[in-house]
Amino acid sequence: MRRQSDDAITWQLLVTIITRWCLVLLVVPAWADEGIFDQYRDLMGDDNPAIFVIDEGEEFWYQSQGARGATLEACDLGLGAGVTRGAYAQLPRYFADTDRVMDIETRLMYCMETLQGRDRAVIATKPYSVRGDFGTELEALVTWLAAESEGATIAPEQVHPKERAMYALGEEIFFYRAGPHDFSCATCHEQSNKRIRLQQLPNLTDHTEATDAYGSWPAYRMSEGLVRTMGWRLQDCFRQQRWPELTFGSEVGVALQTYMAVNAAGGIMTAPGLKR
Amino acid sequence: MKTTLCTMALVMWIGIAPGVVSEELASVIQASFSDKGQATLLRLEQDPLQQHCSQPRGQPADKPTAMTLRQQRLDAVVFPTDGDFLGDWRRGAAVAASGRGLQFNDDPSIANGGNCYACHQLAPSEVAYGTLGPSLTDYGLRGQSDAMLRYTWTKLWDTHAFNLCSHMPRFGAQKILDEQQLKDVMAFLLDPNSSVNQPAE
Repeated sequence: MRRQSDDAITWQLLVTIITRWCLVLLVVPAWADEGIFDQYRDLMGDDNPAIFVIDEGEEFWYQSQGARGATLEACDLGLGAGVTRGAYAQLPRYFADTDRVMDIETRLMYCMETLQGRDRAVIATKPYSVRGDFGTELEALVTWLAAESEGATIAPEQVHPKERAMYALGEEIFFYRAGPHDFSCATCHEQSNKRIRLQQLPNLTDHTEATDAYGSWPAYRMSEGLVRTMGWRLQDCFRQQRWPELTFGSEVGVALQTYMAVNAAGGIMTAPGLKR
Repeated sequence: MKTTLCTMALVMWIGIAPGVVSEELASVIQASFSDKGQATLLRLEQDPLQQHCSQPRGQPADKPTAMTLRQQRLDAVVFPTDGDFLGDWRRGAAVAASGRGLQFNDDPSIANGGNCYACHQLAPSEVAYGTLGPSLTDYGLRGQSDAMLRYTWTKLWDTHAFNLCSHMPRFGAQKILDEQQLKDVMAFLLDPNSSVNQPAE
C-alpha cells in the first residue's frame, strides 16, 4: 500500500508541523488557556498530527494478524464486508450477526476475534494508550475509519427496536446522577455557553453542539500528544465524575455514543479533530 | 369483563413498569463499570436524592416528593460544633483551587479539594474560572450576619437544602470536605481581607 512518494510527502508534512510547533512555543505565553490552543489551531491550518495515526490505522487494516493470519478486509462495519468509506458515520447500529447494537470499537473487536482469531481479553486489557505512550492499534484503526467518514453525514439508524432501546438507555444514563459528587453527564453537558475553568463545554442535548462534539472525535489532543477516541473521552469523563472505571466495550459506552450520535444525526463528520 | 381485564393489565403494567426499567438500568450500569482505586461500584447506587434528580430537564417534577426531600436535606445539615463559622481564608483559597480528590487516580491519603474554580469565579486575580455556577467575586459584601453565615454554610454543606437538584456537590453531607476545610472556604468567601473581596492586583 505504501509508496515512496507518500513517504516523501509525509516527511515534508512532519517538518512543516514541527516548524509550526516551534513557532507556537515561541509566540504563546507560558500559562495555558484556550487562547494558546486557538493560536495553535490557526497556525496549523488544515494540518493535524493525526494524519500519521490515520496512515498507521490503514496499515493495520490490511495487516495479517492473529491465529488465522487474516486481515480485517472482510470486516462488515454495517455497509457490507470491507466497506470503510462512510461506515463510521452510520454507527452505532444493530448487527444481526451478534444481535447487538455496536459502536466502532466493539465492532472492530468483534472482527478481530472472528476474522483474525485474536483474543479479546488481550486487546481489552489496554485499548487506549496512556500519556507518554505511542497510540494503540485500536486507536489507529478508529482514527483511520473516522477519517474515511470525514465529510459524511452522521446517520446512525434508529429502526431496529434494539437501536431505539439503546438510545433510550443512553438518555437515561446521561441524566443518571451518582457518586460522591452527584455528577451525571448532564451536570456539564446539558447547558450551552458554559465552561469548566477555561474549557468550553458542549451541550450534548443540542443538535448543533452535539454535532461539533461527536463529529470531531477521534481527535489529536495537543496536551497529551496523542489521538484519543470517543470511547476514551467517555472513560475519562467518568473518571472526573468520580465514578468507577467504564469497561471498554460496555453497554453504557455504546448507549452514550448512540445518544450522542442520534442527537448529532444530520450533521457532518469532521474528525479527526484537533483539541486542547 | 374484557375491558376490566385490559384495565387491570394496564394498571399493573404502569404500576410495575418504572421499577422494572430502573432495575434494568441499574444492572446495565453495574455491569458496565469496574472497581478502580477508591472508586468502587458502590458509588453507582443512587440515594433517594440522586434518584429524584436524575430526571431529564423539562419532565414534570413530583412536587410533594421534591418538597419532602428538600426539607429532609435541610434538617440533616450539621453546623460547626463550636459555633464558629469562619476559618482561615488563605487555607480556604487553597481548597477552592484544588481539583484533587475522590477520582480513581487520586491518592486517598491526600486531602480533597473543593474545586470551586471549576464552576465559579472567586478571586478576580484568577482568570481560569468556570461558569457552571454564578460568580462569587465580592461575596463578602453580603456581610456576616448570623443568617448569612448559616445560609452560606448550608449551601456548602448540602446545596439541595435550598435548591433541590442543583448541580453543585454536597461538600459537607457527602464528606468531600471536612469541617475545618468548610470553615476555611467560608472565610475565603466572607472575610473582607480575602482575595475574593479584594480587587485584582
